Amino acid sequence: MFADWPLLSLVVWLPIIGGAAVLLSGDKGGSEGARRLALIISVATFVLSLGLYTNFDSSTPVMQFQERFEWIGDFSIFYHLGVDGLSMPLIVLTTFTTIIVVLAGWEVIQKRASQYLAAFLIMEGLMVGVFSALDSMLFYVFWEAMLIPMFIIIGVWGGPNRVYATIKFFIYTFFGSVFMLVAMIYMYYQSGSFAILDMHAMKLDMTEQTLIFFAFLAAFAVKVPMWPVHTWLPDAHVEAPTGGSVILAAVMLKIGGYGFIRFTLPITPDASASLDWLIIGLSLIAVVYIGFVALVQSDMKKLVAYSSIAHMGFVTLGLFVVFRIWGNPANGDITGAALAVEGAMVQMISHGFISGAMFLMIGVLYDRMHSREIADYGGVVNTMPVFAAFAVFFAMSNAGLPGTSGFVGEFMVILAAFKASFWIAFLAATTLILGAAYTLWMVKRVFYGEIKNDNVKALQDLNQRELFIMSILAVAVLALGLYPAPLVDVMHASVDNLLHHIAQSKLP
Amino acid sequence: MDMELIYLAIPLASLFGAIMAGFFGKAIGRSGAHTVTIAGVATSFILSLMAYNHIVLEAGDIYNQTVYTWMVSDGLRFEIGFLIDQLTVMMLCVVTGVSLMVHLYTIGYMHDDPGYQRFFSYISLFTFAMLMLVMSNNFLQLFFGWEAVGLVSYLLIGFWYKRETAIYANLKAFLVNRVGDFGFILGIAAVVMYAGSLDYKEVFSAAPQIANQTINLVGDEQWSVMTVICILLFVGAMGKSAQFPLHVWLPDSMEGPTPISALIHAATMVTAGIFMVARMSPLFEFSETALAFVMIAGAITALFMGLIGIVQNDIKRVVAYSTLSQLGYMTVALGVSAYSAGVFHLMTHAFFKALLFLAAGSVIIAMHHEQDMRKMGGLRKYMPITWITSLIGSLALIGFPGFSGFFSKDSIILAVGESHLPGADIVYLMVLAGVFVTAFYSFRMYFLVFHGEERMDQHTKEHLHETPWVVTVPLVVLAFFSVVIGWVTIEPMLFGEYFKDVIFVKESHNVLSQVGEHYHGQWAMIQHGIASWPFALAMAGVGTAWYIYMKNPQIAVTASQKFSFIYKMLDKKYWMDELYVKVFSDGSRGLGKGFWKGGDVAIIDGLIINGSAKLVGWFASVVRHMQTGMLYHYAFAMIIGLVGLLYLFASPVS
Repeated sequence: MFADWPLLSLVVWLPIIGGAAVLLSGDKGGSEGARRLALIISVATFVLSLGLYTNFDSSTPVMQFQERFEWIGDFSIFYHLGVDGLSMPLIVLTTFTTIIVVLAGWEVIQKRASQYLAAFLIMEGLMVGVFSALDSMLFYVFWEAMLIPMFIIIGVWGGPNRVYATIKFFIYTFFGSVFMLVAMIYMYYQSGSFAILDMHAMKLDMTEQTLIFFAFLAAFAVKVPMWPVHTWLPDAHVEAPTGGSVILAAVMLKIGGYGFIRFTLPITPDASASLDWLIIGLSLIAVVYIGFVALVQSDMKKLVAYSSIAHMGFVTLGLFVVFRIWGNPANGDITGAALAVEGAMVQMISHGFISGAMFLMIGVLYDRMHSREIADYGGVVNTMPVFAAFAVFFAMSNAGLPGTSGFVGEFMVILAAFKASFWIAFLAATTLILGAAYTLWMVKRVFYGEIKNDNVKALQDLNQRELFIMSILAVAVLALGLYPAPLVDVMHASVDNLLHHIAQSKLP
Repeated sequence: MDMELIYLAIPLASLFGAIMAGFFGKAIGRSGAHTVTIAGVATSFILSLMAYNHIVLEAGDIYNQTVYTWMVSDGLRFEIGFLIDQLTVMMLCVVTGVSLMVHLYTIGYMHDDPGYQRFFSYISLFTFAMLMLVMSNNFLQLFFGWEAVGLVSYLLIGFWYKRETAIYANLKAFLVNRVGDFGFILGIAAVVMYAGSLDYKEVFSAAPQIANQTINLVGDEQWSVMTVICILLFVGAMGKSAQFPLHVWLPDSMEGPTPISALIHAATMVTAGIFMVARMSPLFEFSETALAFVMIAGAITALFMGLIGIVQNDIKRVVAYSTLSQLGYMTVALGVSAYSAGVFHLMTHAFFKALLFLAAGSVIIAMHHEQDMRKMGGLRKYMPITWITSLIGSLALIGFPGFSGFFSKDSIILAVGESHLPGADIVYLMVLAGVFVTAFYSFRMYFLVFHGEERMDQHTKEHLHETPWVVTVPLVVLAFFSVVIGWVTIEPMLFGEYFKDVIFVKESHNVLSQVGEHYHGQWAMIQHGIASWPFALAMAGVGTAWYIYMKNPQIAVTASQKFSFIYKMLDKKYWMDELYVKVFSDGSRGLGKGFWKGGDVAIIDGLIINGSAKLVGWFASVVRHMQTGMLYHYAFAMIIGLVGLLYLFASPVS
């Protein structure tokens, strides 16, 4: 099905146009109509994006579902879309997560619901645009535009300190993307093309590569986020409404990881090779340092936000440990480089499900008690046994239990990292202890024990809608944990192609 | 019938029971839950017997096949697959057999508990996970099972989730196990790096080549790769099988209901480490350093954990420390390359320790959930079946000649005596001393509970009676096996060909074949046993316990006062819990606070982010003066800017 449709454009523009329609439908006479319309659009978009998966040819690294039209001819900027095995899974993750977010806000968001839903739908289209753009200017436009709905979501539906959080978020991300824009324009002047695939073929000397590397790093490190440019994330999460946190954690952070894959590694492989220690170092700091920081958080959202940073450390680690694997003379015949990159990819998808679920769970509690403080809870299992079962399940996934998706990516990256160096693997593997410690200690304090106070005593267990959302996320986490082959199989060709690019020197 | 289907059905039958009781517990009710889970485990058990029959009695083909491919990445195959050989079928029978008894027993023990269905679901899920662990033919699935049994252990220790002690204990158990798994996963990573495969068979065949390689860890020193791999894998075993210094979680795990103490924390899960090392014998045999490490860790656990058992007053904790000590014996056996003796003791111990735990549980039911032995005494009159079976279990534990524990433990001690590993002499003395300690704490418990003065209150006393049949039948069955299983199986397992194709021992390490040269049948071994040191020490232990706790109870009090430091040291378990809390819990939290407040808040946000904001503010306050409101000032600035831009764009590109 859909084989000859312009699928990518549909997946980009259906939610954007649909979002506008939701906006127009308004909230006069109740928001029920807007909610239904938003749900229909998000489900339709998801179904269309599944067409990308079912019609995908995983035997080739060539960009598929390509669409190319001239956009701004004078600067040879094209409306050029296309996906490979690295971007396609992220698009499906985006459309999947949007359905969850639409459902999650159903009864919770009463204030200007149509605008809220419209913002998420428009953002969905723009994020898909980021993952499918093959022209760097188009990429940049989507990249910047995507932030606007996010600012609005935090700024309008956020918590009491939302203005501070929004400005911090804005300054951080804007600071990063300016350098990226400069790098793109520079490469355009050098090659006369804004096409990303042309940039992959460019020859750049070491100075150019290093400068471009850092320009991209400024943009992508903020998004991932990597230590030390991560401090916007906990604040943004704390102030964002539940849906905003879910999109932020599940999808938006992945755009940073995707940027490394699409730009940094293939365009500046020589600079990346010589600066691999920097990224590996920062990744390990994310795993260890941030793991300890997460342990002492008293606010559940902050705790999960820090946990996100630690888990994303595995993404950047997996991507850059490749150079150390190639450089290790003791390495045997199986190189491990593809294992590392595929591990990073799996970690991104898995983290989308798990962090989304974690933030939704905090949302479930927050909707009932209007507190995110761990200390206000205790013994929730007594009043919400079904919810507690999900909580333990997702907590275990967050701690990387085998059988859940959280295990797969981390396992692959740790196996690969050992081929680079014992000590890199050693530090990365501390997540087994730290991840379990901060997640399960929170579970103990929030869910176990005697009922702590009257507020907990009055809690109602999950309603049908919440139960449905939790269940589909649980199924996703379990499916990916028990059988990850369908996901990694679509990546093989693209990962090999990427590694081929990385291995080739781009020095003139 | 097709064996492949049988093998597949063994774990799935238990999983089915767990799913039914877990998800549909309300619908099927209490009796529905225990019926479906018991039916599931009974099916697993019967099929396990069929597998045993096929592999051992009919000498059928060893099965080593992939069930499904989890994924393939970078040429590395990640698979779920089964290896069914002599070691596996033995473990299958032990796990499903004990599990079945525990399921049955649970009907009685958890009779009034509101979480009845949930409990049955968990123990069936545990059985499934444990079966997957022992049936695995690769490291991936091994790790799956390894962590899954840890998960269920976590859920079951915290089963009574309202109790602060229980939810502390389960978190502790999970985290300490994760420390072990941290080493284990690195060990697996090392295996993948040097063998290029996760499959046991391929890894084992690569072992001789790996043995010649070295790895550089710190400075210039070269380590043998095999030593590194084996020690890392063994760290995993130290967590799961509670070896010193990762033993601290096991005594606290007694917060869980007694049936799972028997099943998980005595008979099966905690022996996973022992099983794993035995399975990995083709690797461990290539590193004497790792073997010595294993042996010493085991010896420390065997002796020093047994000593703590002497001062415990909680009936379950005595049995828990006894389990630690016995796990130490098994580990020592592995260390001296007597893998089959370790596995043999694993099996006999599974029966008699499950028996002792279930008997303790029976006592606890009768005492209305009182666990303090100081409030018991003289129970033999009220609970004859529990009494006799406990006595049998205790005799098996102390290695009384003829009982199953005698064959397995004496074999281990004899094997240590033959070992030439560095430190084997001291270890030999330690395991001998352990025999005395074992006999002493076992019979201290036995006398305190079943003999002597009746110290319970009047109300409890009036209600004392033997427990129902669902409790006593498992006791009798387990007691039967505790007596006979050693006699029946010692010849094939230790000195025969049972493990010939499974466990690999280098000729230079083969202590069991030396022990076997002096072995002339079970009777001869018993006669020899009576005339040797372990028996004398065990009898001395029993005698001392009798004298102190039956004859002259004043001695215990005087001794604890006279040797107050030693008493306190044992009572405080060598202060290891306190040490770990101070160093690891408090230390981590201090570190986290430091990183957060010092790094994130003070330096990054305070200095860099807000600092640069301040800088911008300062800059703005300076620049503000340039906003004069005079039009020609602005025009002038624009012109300068334009010229600058033109220069930039026009000149350098070409």
